[in-house]
Amino acid sequence: MATEWPQTRRTGLADALRGAREMADQHYGIWSWIAPVDHKRIGVMYGVTAFIFFLAGGIEALLLRTQLIVPNAGVLNHDQYNRILTMHGTTMVFLVIMPLSAAFFNLMTPLMIGARDVAFPRLNAFSYWVFLAGGIFLNASFFTKDIFSGELGAPDCGWTCYSTLSSKAFSPGHGVDFWALGVQILGIASLASGFNFIVTILNMRAPGMTLFRMPLFVWMTLVTSFLIIFAMPVIAVALFELIFDRLFNANFFNPDKGGNPLLWQHMFWLFGHPEVYILILPAMGIVSEILPTFSRKPLFGYPFVVFSGIAIGFMSWGVWVHHMYTTGLGTVANSAFGISTILIGVPTGVKVLNWMATMWGGSLSLKAPMMFAVGFVAMFTIGGLSGVTHSVVPSDYQQQDTYYVVAHFHYVLFGGAIFALFAGFYYWLPKFTGKLLDDRLGQIHFWLMLIGFNLTFFPMHISGLLGMPRRISTYSEGQGWDIWNMLSTIGAFTIATSILIFMINVIYSLRRGEAAGYDPWDGRTLEWTIPSPPPHYNFEKIPVVHARDPFWHEKYTEDEQGRPIPVVAGAANGHPDEAHEEHGGGHGIHMPSPSYFPLIAALGFPIMATGLIYDYALVAVGAAVLFVGIYGWALEPATEGEEA
Amino acid sequence: MAQAVGTAHLETSTGLDNRKLLMWLFLGSECLFFGSLIAAYLLYRDRSVAGPYPSDLFDIPFTSVSAFVLLMSSVSMVLALAAIQRGNVRGMQIWLFTTATLGLLFLSGQAFEFTEFNHEGLSLSTNLFGTTFFVLTGFHGAHVTIGVLILLSLFTVSLQGRIQQKDSLNVELAGLYWHFVDIVWIVIFTLVYLIQP
Repeated sequence: MATEWPQTRRTGLADALRGAREMADQHYGIWSWIAPVDHKRIGVMYGVTAFIFFLAGGIEALLLRTQLIVPNAGVLNHDQYNRILTMHGTTMVFLVIMPLSAAFFNLMTPLMIGARDVAFPRLNAFSYWVFLAGGIFLNASFFTKDIFSGELGAPDCGWTCYSTLSSKAFSPGHGVDFWALGVQILGIASLASGFNFIVTILNMRAPGMTLFRMPLFVWMTLVTSFLIIFAMPVIAVALFELIFDRLFNANFFNPDKGGNPLLWQHMFWLFGHPEVYILILPAMGIVSEILPTFSRKPLFGYPFVVFSGIAIGFMSWGVWVHHMYTTGLGTVANSAFGISTILIGVPTGVKVLNWMATMWGGSLSLKAPMMFAVGFVAMFTIGGLSGVTHSVVPSDYQQQDTYYVVAHFHYVLFGGAIFALFAGFYYWLPKFTGKLLDDRLGQIHFWLMLIGFNLTFFPMHISGLLGMPRRISTYSEGQGWDIWNMLSTIGAFTIATSILIFMINVIYSLRRGEAAGYDPWDGRTLEWTIPSPPPHYNFEKIPVVHARDPFWHEKYTEDEQGRPIPVVAGAANGHPDEAHEEHGGGHGIHMPSPSYFPLIAALGFPIMATGLIYDYALVAVGAAVLFVGIYGWALEPATEGEEA
Repeated sequence: MAQAVGTAHLETSTGLDNRKLLMWLFLGSECLFFGSLIAAYLLYRDRSVAGPYPSDLFDIPFTSVSAFVLLMSSVSMVLALAAIQRGNVRGMQIWLFTTATLGLLFLSGQAFEFTEFNHEGLSLSTNLFGTTFFVLTGFHGAHVTIGVLILLSLFTVSLQGRIQQKDSLNVELAGLYWHFVDIVWIVIFTLVYLIQP
């Protein structure tokens, strides 16, 4: 609600720190990390933080898989297994895929639409800090019991936290409280960035960048942001209901007083199914950028891909009951949602066909980003097909709560989202580090990950169809599951190895990677017209856009057969912006000032949440911190030296 | 300065001010928030297994008066905006203060109502009615409280002469939020108080 005051006025503290702010303006020193407003810096912070959470979630997965490698293994007990399982799911959804997508929104959206920053740079910083606070808060739950004697305090209700598993009676510790409040905090971060990116995309486009000239990734960011701002309030209410039930003895999910636990499932999945597309649409956007670049062809059927994305966004609100076929809602509800679920496969299928048609007849360059993008298309299609089998109600009755479901959503979220995010790393990281990632290591990473992924998750289809339930901490032998579990565990460690190779690749390339230059991939969109890494103001002169794939059209024209030919000799490597060092180097471009108020405001949330659980006095402290942050934010000028 | 980002004077692709667009998106998001709360209330209506029930507690004339107070605060909000858009700072201050006072009046009405209900044996944990009623109207009350804080902040800042005609957008944004909170109350008042099965 912070309205921004245009006048110049500072608090005493702000005066004292003015020097630090000026240092941050110069883009060096610790203050540029504490008070960042530059979308690229915030994007990097999102990416690094989410990757660390990815490693944590991955280690949790390895623990689970180690426990399941043979029947009756003794690595984890039931309680530890439940808690680590819950944290694995919650981490991967809320702390990995969503923020990694947010990292790409931050890094790429302003560059791709020809803007100097997002619409609200300080709100952007606020999103990051709230995300970080929520992530730490959620993981702090581990330490609410004596972790060193093997007692984990983490939530034990699964990432869906179904009622009444989540009630005080069945989960007496503080784990679920941390879960509910942590996800609530993370929701605030997502909401803030959702608003920010919609405004940025609608309002900050360079001249000539009409909606239907926008890169597909920007389109998918827009659709995702709309899904975020409409889905997050629904889970917020569900979480508030859970919090009120647990902390203040309300009755939302209390059957003794007439409450219906099914309400949780409805609200969770009314949020949860749009959430699935919040996770996958950015990945689709990334792939829709990479396939054309490495096929040297424009995206096939651009408007179809855009409208499919929009259609998916709308339809994602009408399919949630397919998570609840077995709850007894009746044949009418099940049939209706079965049909809508089959229908949502249509726009998804349209996209897959368009990606294949983009590659068809192109001159393919199978560099690492392209390999991951192609891997995405293949793996996502498998996941999509098993998804269609879930839409068929009788078939779903059989698969409900088995490993078949686990296989399905890992094919779309790992084989889909994670593959695409890695494609994005290989494609776009050089823009921000200035160094190309090693392609040979990238290929090894890709093949190991592809093999490991399929080794892990394909057998789960079979163990699931053989009746192995999900979320069990162990199983007895002689049910035909042993070999498939063994394979899955071997696969999981293969994936871990491939991630290790990726990390080596990043460190190696940062030290002695080949310089990326402006345009290492012969790219099509505006981000390749500026240096790598880009100056903090992005564009010396705001570009004027005349076509879709604007940079490509500056470099190439077509001959009669539609083959691309360079505009003039050497122009393929010429960069319109290259002359820009000779100009003022960006002097005189006013950029938003760094601000530490978003950090202060963000700190208020975990303090309040801790207070709700342990001591109400802390709630007042947290609220005070939040108010100081918001008022400081509202009263400081957005841009240094601004008067009017 | 035209190149700076995040300021009020930037030319935007749609022509809409960034902050105004943000406020509209926020209110759109809030619709889903209150929609979910209201849905939970309606779902659990008549499902309480023990009293007290709404018909035992609701004092429709009293709540009608406080609803009227909140509605009138929207009128004064409109007048505050109209005043500053004409450059009448004094008028804006008067009407902002009036709006905040009416908001506070509504809140005290709600506080009175909550205490009354409590005396008559309804708490958050008594039954489903208590749970859904207090959470729904409580969240609305929290929104009104934030609105009052925004209005009083605007009022205080304007006393220092820092809201002039060119800054009317600040008042407009506060107004958008205030009207939204008002409309939500109309929906709640109708669905919760007036239409009882």
